[in-house]
Amino acid sequence: MSLDVDITVERAGFRLAVTTRFARGITCVLGPSGSGKSTLLGAISGLVAPTRGRVALDDVVWSDTATGVRVPVERRHCAYLFQSLALFPHLDALGNVAYGMASELPRAERVALARTHLDRVGVGHLAHRRPRTYSGGEAQRVALARALAMHPRVILLDEPFSALDRELKVPLIALVRLLVLEADVPAIAVTHSTGEARALADRVIRIASGTVIADGAPADLLPRAGHDDELVALTTRG
Amino acid sequence: MDWNPLLLSLEAALIATVLAGVVGIAIGAALASPRMPGRNLLDAIVAAPLVMPPTVLGYYVLVAVGRKSPAGRLWRDVFGSDLTFSFSAVVLAAAIGALPMIAKAARTAFQGVDPTLLAAARTLGASKRRALFTVALPLAAPGIVGGLMLGFARGLGDFGVTLMIGGDIPDVTRSAPLAIYDHVQGDRAYQAAVSSIVLTVGAVTILYLVNRFTDRDLDRPRAPR
Repeated sequence: MSLDVDITVERAGFRLAVTTRFARGITCVLGPSGSGKSTLLGAISGLVAPTRGRVALDDVVWSDTATGVRVPVERRHCAYLFQSLALFPHLDALGNVAYGMASELPRAERVALARTHLDRVGVGHLAHRRPRTYSGGEAQRVALARALAMHPRVILLDEPFSALDRELKVPLIALVRLLVLEADVPAIAVTHSTGEARALADRVIRIASGTVIADGAPADLLPRAGHDDELVALTTRG
Repeated sequence: MDWNPLLLSLEAALIATVLAGVVGIAIGAALASPRMPGRNLLDAIVAAPLVMPPTVLGYYVLVAVGRKSPAGRLWRDVFGSDLTFSFSAVVLAAAIGALPMIAKAARTAFQGVDPTLLAAARTLGASKRRALFTVALPLAAPGIVGGLMLGFARGLGDFGVTLMIGGDIPDVTRSAPLAIYDHVQGDRAYQAAVSSIVLTVGAVTILYLVNRFTDRDLDRPRAPR
């Protein structure tokens, strides 16, 4: 399974142009704020319409400006872990996790599955609590459970750990890596932290001003010394 | 003490709130979309009854639904009687007063919903309609309910438009505000005072409930149970 991206997104004063293939495993897109990382995720998920180009998962075209194909966001099955997490504040953890499950499943089955996903990320005790009562790490885990519960074809993570303290980041990075690799689909994580990228990624793409400037293995592209590098030492690589 | 005008006002305001609610929530949702073309012009048109003199507004409505107008003739063909100077006219007057309150409250409430939540719903497989009904509407509900209450109160107190298109026919179109006017004109101070106090207590109660409903904030951090 691979995701082919060949897109250009043009907006006032900004141009993103990316041509690459995302295979199974985790690709970290690394770059400064405003470099186009989140726009890339938006174009893949369908939340942003590319100005030109094509996005396809294996043989299924998700969008192609040449032929006018544009599969709606809801039919792409792209799990999107937003930077703000975007947990629904009016639903408890079970409701949040069950939201993306297939509607043809009986409600009881959806609830049971949601509970299993919550238990897997270690927050089963939050089942009947709403997001305003969660800590930062708990919210992250519920959002991760929700993303994985929909059986995604592609996983998109937008600065997934930016709001967390270092103590919370370490176990979460290990958990995210484990579960995302288990899902066995292309996963793209954008970050501006080299430490997070080194701990999470199988492949790194550096992006600047909307253009890919480097693409390769983390060991080749990321500096050896960095203030976040202890994340690497503390994080178990799968 | 004749309670009929008050009951008539309550009935008309309730029906008007339901009708204006359906239209007003839909308008509010449309106005909240940044992609809607001409939304500020539409908002101004919908809100115009808030700032127009009631007699001017009543005149326009009378011209629009009077017995010689296309809408008035259509009404007579369908229902067999004129819309003007009927209970339906009182409902229409109340709905016209309530609509801007409800639409404006709904617009503000929908605009207050974090767009990232709607985007999240879409990525989780929800169509635009499902995202609207399962995410936007529940989160906007407190503001919308507040708007419905204000719309009800506004409809309950309408005087000018009701008089223009409904007249002042006892037990048919004489609403509580019209009855109070008649009591004052007829030097019936007690009846005027009682009706006024009842309407005032009702209005203050509704405003209090609006504050209670709109003061909810689901995002506000709260200590875990």
